[in-house]
Amino acid sequence: MADLTAVSTGASLDATRAHYMALTRQRRLYGGIMLLVFVLLLASGFGIANDRNAGGFLPGLPHIFDFPADVVSEAWAKRANLPGHLLKALPALIETINIAAVATITGAFGAIILSLLSTNGLAPWPRLIPVFRRIMDLMRALPEIVIALVLIFVLGSGPVPAAIAIAFHTVGALGKLFSEVNENADQKPLEGLASVGATWPQRMMLGLVPQVAPNWFSYALLRFEINIRASAILGFVGAGGIGYELKNAISWGQGKFDEAAAVFILLFLTIVVFDQMSSVVRNRLTHGSMKSDPLKGAAQ
Amino acid sequence: MSLAANPSVDMHARAKALIARKRMLAFALPLIVLAYFVYIFFAFDIAGLAGRMRWDNAVTLVSDTYSYKTHVERNNRTGEIKVAVEGERKGTYNATNYPAWVKVGEDAAVITLDDDGTIEIADDMVRYDVPGFGVIEATQSRTGGVTINLDPATLPDWISYSKTRLTVTTKAARLSLTKARSEVFVYEFGWELFWFTLESPYYGHGLSGILFGERIDPERSNLMGAWQDFWNNAIWRHGDTVWALFETVLMAFLGTFGAAIIALPLAFLAARNFAPLVAIRMAARRLFDFLRGVDGLIWTILLSRAFGPGPLTGALAILFTDTGSFGKLFSEALENVDEKQIEGVASTGAKPLQRYRFGVIPQIVPVLLSQVLYFLESNTRSATIIGAITGGGIGLLLTQAMITQKDWEEVSYYIVLVVLLVMAMDSFSGWLRRRLIKGD
Repeated sequence: MADLTAVSTGASLDATRAHYMALTRQRRLYGGIMLLVFVLLLASGFGIANDRNAGGFLPGLPHIFDFPADVVSEAWAKRANLPGHLLKALPALIETINIAAVATITGAFGAIILSLLSTNGLAPWPRLIPVFRRIMDLMRALPEIVIALVLIFVLGSGPVPAAIAIAFHTVGALGKLFSEVNENADQKPLEGLASVGATWPQRMMLGLVPQVAPNWFSYALLRFEINIRASAILGFVGAGGIGYELKNAISWGQGKFDEAAAVFILLFLTIVVFDQMSSVVRNRLTHGSMKSDPLKGAAQ
Repeated sequence: MSLAANPSVDMHARAKALIARKRMLAFALPLIVLAYFVYIFFAFDIAGLAGRMRWDNAVTLVSDTYSYKTHVERNNRTGEIKVAVEGERKGTYNATNYPAWVKVGEDAAVITLDDDGTIEIADDMVRYDVPGFGVIEATQSRTGGVTINLDPATLPDWISYSKTRLTVTTKAARLSLTKARSEVFVYEFGWELFWFTLESPYYGHGLSGILFGERIDPERSNLMGAWQDFWNNAIWRHGDTVWALFETVLMAFLGTFGAAIIALPLAFLAARNFAPLVAIRMAARRLFDFLRGVDGLIWTILLSRAFGPGPLTGALAILFTDTGSFGKLFSEALENVDEKQIEGVASTGAKPLQRYRFGVIPQIVPVLLSQVLYFLESNTRSATIIGAITGGGIGLLLTQAMITQKDWEEVSYYIVLVVLLVMAMDSFSGWLRRRLIKGD
């Protein structure tokens, strides 16, 4: 009996192994084919991009440092002017940061409302959830530059079109993230509030917001950092701020490269500083520290 | 007793303090935001915005997106009459295909409008019969300028008149008369000549006529010819537009995946649990910070100096920035891998490379793939913006169409295409993410 089972398991083991090996081979083949297709796509894509570019990749490669070298050498030669240029570009930088801040605050506000309207279990009108989701998708899909250019045509150059454009996009982008956060919120506090007759705004304000506010804030901070970059780029197409200064300095060409260098430095420093700051704050928010919550310490 | 009482008193005081602090914050935060907005109100000069705002631009913009205008123009020096869509040479009608609402005769044209008004151009005279108002008749001559049959003192505000120019603007049309030309703009709904230009033999034929009807152009089969004429439409340039969309996707694709391929080995150097040396780890991290900090805008400017405008420059700019982002994200993912799996693989006698291949890669691939696919979608948008700066893809077409400020229907066409493209990429990357991570 024991012998028999041993034989039969041995045979079935062989069969299983053969089957497994066949499956593995098949998977490897598919994986290999997919990798090959991917590499071919990448290579041919590179070839097409190279052909359609004004200058090719290989001829351009030796010149990649020409422009930075020009800028650096001119900035170095006129290094005495650099502090002055930095100071001169500072108001533009503040404008860029302001654009990003206004857009993030108003965008986050809109995103909170839209995300509440489009989260299952929270929405006051559940039937309209798909509608609000599509609205957010649409707002997310519109690149900022499109809205900014249209608004510049109507409102004239300045920080307002850029702020509106970035805020619009922010509503869509943050709304999606916020509604994901909302979905993970505990429903019990909301039910408790509903049982004592709280209205919808009261339930959201008192039951939901305390649960999700840290995550909302963390995402908004990340958006703020992204929006600073966006606002610098929009300045380049005529929306004011540091991007506009950069464009002026660069299109002037040789002779104003020291100004361009000052703008480069300011922009780089700003992005790095806000990047690091937001990552520190976000880390603290998501991982939390015991000391920040006195009640938690007391409860232990 | 006192031992037991103390902590509870303490807790009560702490709770009170916490609630007081939270209450303070709840009032202070909106106040700070409000104060900031007051500052912004003055910093951005919102009050002056109304003065700078150009409503007429907004009106043109909106009306152009859903309608087009046809110009009927008489050159008053030569007496020549021309009917053209948007006044473009490429959209000029000839005697065989005038639209039904205009009758062009010998040095005269009669236009019947939607609201039953009529406009007549004959020699140096224009006559506009406005329903519910009456007849406006005006003539121009080289010596006397523009004269009108109405009393100039009591004109309604949609008629503007001076010795050199008469302009009448109604919902259906706009008439202007100067010494140089008599001109009528007639507004119609839709995007005219979207499918075929006037030169195409397929102009005016419906879809069923092209598919099932008789051969229209003896040289080519209907489907083939219609496709060629549509693709090479000189006004809407569908072929170029599709190429531009493709270029934009190409930039995003090359940039994103190129960055991922470069960032993966570098991320091993920057991860705490894989880096051979602290110095190398620090160097790799600073490199990532630098690549990210320089930002796509500056990379685009720098690279376009070396490689010239085009999709390659855009792809490289995305690649540089995203190598930094991916490096940071990947190294964080690598720091979170489970050591046990690597130990398990090592216990079978696997060499270091095999340990990476079978112990590490299977753990991080889902995380990496989902991040890369998220970036692919957002980079499609970035590629539109970078294209506008460096000159490639749909971004370039969009800015060009906007700068000329002439054809806003083309601008809205491109905007619709961009939105559809980004949404398509969004669902494509979502689909791929689900297939690759959950499936198989």
